[in-house]
Amino acid sequence: MNWSKYSAPLAFYPLAGKMIPWFSAVAALAIAVGLYIGLLVAPTDFQQGDSYRIIFVHVPAAWMSMFLYVVMAIWAGVGMGLNARLSFMMAQAIAPTGAMFTFLALLTGAMWGKPTWGAWWVWDARLTSELILLFQYAGVMLLRTSIDDLRRADRASGVLALVGVVNIPIIYFSVKWWNTLHQGASVSMTAAPKMATIMLTAMLLMTFGFWMYSIAVILSRVRCVILERESQPAWGNPSAAPEVAEAR
Amino acid sequence: MNRPSLWEALRGVVRRDLLLAMRRRSDVVMSVFFLVIVASLFPLGVGPEPAVLRTIGAGVLWVAALLACLLSLGRVFTADYLDGVLEQMVLIAQPLPVLVVGKVFAHWIVSGLPVVLLSPLLGLQFGLDGEALGVLVLSLLLGTPTLSMIGAIGAALVLGVRGSGLLVALLVLPLYVPVLIFGAGAVTSSMAGIGGEANLSLLGACLVLSLFFSPWATAAALRIALE
Amino acid sequence: MYWGSVSEFLAMGGYGLYVWTSFIATALGITWEVLALWRRRAAALADSRGIVRSIE
Repeated sequence: MNWSKYSAPLAFYPLAGKMIPWFSAVAALAIAVGLYIGLLVAPTDFQQGDSYRIIFVHVPAAWMSMFLYVVMAIWAGVGMGLNARLSFMMAQAIAPTGAMFTFLALLTGAMWGKPTWGAWWVWDARLTSELILLFQYAGVMLLRTSIDDLRRADRASGVLALVGVVNIPIIYFSVKWWNTLHQGASVSMTAAPKMATIMLTAMLLMTFGFWMYSIAVILSRVRCVILERESQPAWGNPSAAPEVAEAR
Repeated sequence: MNRPSLWEALRGVVRRDLLLAMRRRSDVVMSVFFLVIVASLFPLGVGPEPAVLRTIGAGVLWVAALLACLLSLGRVFTADYLDGVLEQMVLIAQPLPVLVVGKVFAHWIVSGLPVVLLSPLLGLQFGLDGEALGVLVLSLLLGTPTLSMIGAIGAALVLGVRGSGLLVALLVLPLYVPVLIFGAGAVTSSMAGIGGEANLSLLGACLVLSLFFSPWATAAALRIALE
Repeated sequence: MYWGSVSEFLAMGGYGLYVWTSFIATALGITWEVLALWRRRAAALADSRGIVRSIE
């Protein structure tokens, strides 16, 4: 089987369509079991009480937000290196899902912070990096929508995504050092006790579910992007017509 | 015809940009004036309490410097983009990143250096004393070139895009966060008696990192904007 | 099963407001994304002038 033919958007379109139901089903199953274990089976945490159950959405959302940003930057990098249109479309399709998970991580973090530390928000390294990550997602998406020429929009937002990958670890450490240099550590997020196995199982299941959900949603969005781009009459791409013929 | 060396090309770009900036002096004066106004608004907003002003002084001056740099970013490439000089720069034999370094250096001389020179005066307004003032100047001296280097990437990305003035702010400000933290942190930690050396060396590291990466990213962004 | 009754489950040991806001917000986010995609797909299909029929 020749996989390289799927790098053509119109050939990838039906393949993505076949994969979406499978990823959706696995995602639904993993999330359902994860919710069952996390909300119904897992016992209360002896330190934090039941507020710790927020972890089952908060940590998976935070992990996905960072993971998706890196994946988006990789697709943009591949697109620029190999001059592949589908890679840029993937990068475009990932951004909204990543931004949504970043927002959810911030929101659920505030919901967890209020009962645990008594404050909705603290300027901790993780929180600040997550906030900047949201700004960077917004920047990448805004830059794309403000450039009319698709080829330029792809590349410009790709450069920005790649620059942002360097920025996130720097911000994380800068805030960390900033906190330790002249602020007593009022909050410690690392002092949590080791998690019980059943809690860890639920959290990993939820993470796996969110991951599969992301794939399903991103594939579905990339299909929309392909449709939107290929049906643009003014789109000066000479190779589009042969691709259609091939896919038949 | 013999080709000018890299060094000559760099000097040529810097000299040309400085000459152009000197012909439109009002631009330079405006960004300095902006810095002074922003810095003066804060005492009016938070009240004249000397202790409060001393604590927020470094942060306010750094944020003002950041905004002043942001305002002037549009000048780095826009004029050359509109009259076609930029296309010539992409085409000539000298490597584009070197020319970018020249243009960013000229931008720093025009918009960063005045901020550095003016900062002791503004620092006095906020009640910063001897050592803290020295650290403030040093941190701005190390930090403002980094701001110009990072800003150039954003300025190149939004060339010819509608609403580019606001867009460049949204793209570049998140990237400025580490510089702001280290810069303002150097002053506050020297005031707290721990010494600003750790933060100053981190600022230096940011400068080296941006000098190394930003010219390439900017050159790539310029090529994308011009193709 | 860890909980004794439904009301105990809903109260979440006094943290019900925070826990349920988090879970409902996440559910809303996911629902919103799926609905938005569904509508985007319908619009894209309507504008695609039959490209899909030719490739599927």
